[in-house]
Amino acid sequence: MDFDTDMTLLARLNALYAAWAHIVDDDRLEELPDLMTREGVYRVQTRENHELGLPLSLIYCDGADMLADRITAMRTANVFEPHVYCHAISAVAVTAREGAGWRARGNFTVARTMAEGETMIFACGRYFDHVVEVDGALKFRERVAILDSRRIDTLLVAPI
Amino acid sequence: MDDAKPFAWPDDDISRVPYQVYTDAALYALEQERIFRGAAWNYVGLEAEVPNEGDFKTTYIGDAPIVVTRGADGVVNVMVNRCAHKGSLVCFKQRGNAPELTCVYHNWTYGLAGELTGVAFRRGVGGKGGLRASFDQKAHGLRRLRVETYRGLIFATFSNATPAFKDYAGPDMIAAMDRVLVKPLRVLGYHSQILPNNWKLYVENNKDSYHASLLHVFHNTFGVVRPTMGGGIKLGHDGWHHLSYTQREALADDHIGKEKVRSLQESYKLRDAAMMEHKLELGDLVTNSIQTIFPTLVVQQILNALATRQLIPKGPDRSELIWTILGFEGDDPDLHELRLKVNNLVGPAGLISMEDGCVGGWVQRAAKGDPAARSIMPMGEGVEPSEGSRITEAAVRGFWRGWRACMGI
Ligand SMILES: [Fe+2]
Repeated sequence: MDFDTDMTLLARLNALYAAWAHIVDDDRLEELPDLMTREGVYRVQTRENHELGLPLSLIYCDGADMLADRITAMRTANVFEPHVYCHAISAVAVTAREGAGWRARGNFTVARTMAEGETMIFACGRYFDHVVEVDGALKFRERVAILDSRRIDTLLVAPI
Repeated sequence: MDDAKPFAWPDDDISRVPYQVYTDAALYALEQERIFRGAAWNYVGLEAEVPNEGDFKTTYIGDAPIVVTRGADGVVNVMVNRCAHKGSLVCFKQRGNAPELTCVYHNWTYGLAGELTGVAFRRGVGGKGGLRASFDQKAHGLRRLRVETYRGLIFATFSNATPAFKDYAGPDMIAAMDRVLVKPLRVLGYHSQILPNNWKLYVENNKDSYHASLLHVFHNTFGVVRPTMGGGIKLGHDGWHHLSYTQREALADDHIGKEKVRSLQESYKLRDAAMMEHKLELGDLVTNSIQTIFPTLVVQQILNALATRQLIPKGPDRSELIWTILGFEGDDPDLHELRLKVNNLVGPAGLISMEDGCVGGWVQRAAKGDPAARSIMPMGEGVEPSEGSRITEAAVRGFWRGWRACMGI
């Protein structure tokens, strides 16, 4: 079956995207590295830098351990006002085969609600991912969140 | 009290700042005139951002829209980005390359140095309409600013009275720039961060060397900076500018200049300490160097993360911080990768800089209620440099000295 007509693959991919969103939005961030392969790269980059061909990311975790470290820092060291995210994920698609896995993409909009109750659209953009199968489960070999929203309001703590 | 001034400082004490200075719209307007369009040298970007003839970038000095170009003669021009005709933005793109600048509203064109080169329908149509014969095209270019560059950084001022940049900065600040900006710069990328506070609260935050090991717990927890480490504060131009630096102790196997990469992580609290590695590339053991040039430039070295930060006020209670993250031309692939990883520490999501994005907003929200109340900054002595200790608010007091001098307040 071709990747672009494989509805089982698409359903599994949607489930992976949903799992990521639920973990972040429920603030169960310690579970997030489990969705990455050990060497999986997670980056958040602005569309501006991406389109200029500039390498800088807002967040650059080279391996699931660096993602875990960022979450440890957030829990034990960083100071910020409490807030929660709500992800809206759409237009999830498999775009190509790559190695033993697939290239995939999807859109996200993240609303952020502060402790005082105010909600704003904090980020919107697209995921560009490399997804592989590990012991029967889909995982991110690479997850890159490209932000259309170039201006970060106040700060970016939790992953997108 | 001068009637033109919206405010008078209550006394001579620059260690007690009235909260009104962060909230008052009339003071904000006066700052535009007396600081940003006044006596200051303002950072507008890097020569590396406009390397070729016709390259341009747009930015702001205070509220004034600015366009920076590279002219045919190789000279960098800085102009107000406002058409002489009806005042529209001439360039509304962030950056690009063009042989001339065209205001799309009525198609008036300007050369790269701002001279008015074309007026659409100047002779009218069918002999009717068009420019008055007495119109002097030469007198209606874009407003040009004085420009100086130093080690690849571009500065502009609206004032003819401001001293040359080197004199404005002073020898200690020039030495600090000479220390960090040692090779041609390469832009690795940009961050933009909206700060929910008056611009001066972010400037104070940078000059406040006292807070670094207190607010930024990551420093202490993971061992980048501790208050017991060596270092100090230097000041320039009567305290207007400052340098705060931290130096780690030498270790037996350090070989400065010998390409040593050392992890500064303590007690292995991180699973992957790659972002805490430091390659000694500047010939010393300085781990953190934060320099401010009045009013709104920061030059930063945190381990191998180099950057300029340009602060743009956006009204009394909002600012935009533009981070331009740097490497050097000729960085080898390992150092390039190291810089990208160490940059996890800085920027809007930076593990040791994110708090500076929110702390100004907390002061802003608290300042609103009682504009006549004042802060207290009693740490350290006067506006004096210090060696060995960063537990001082001298550089913040120095900023207020500069602010009052510019504002005539
Ligand atoms: Fe800080």
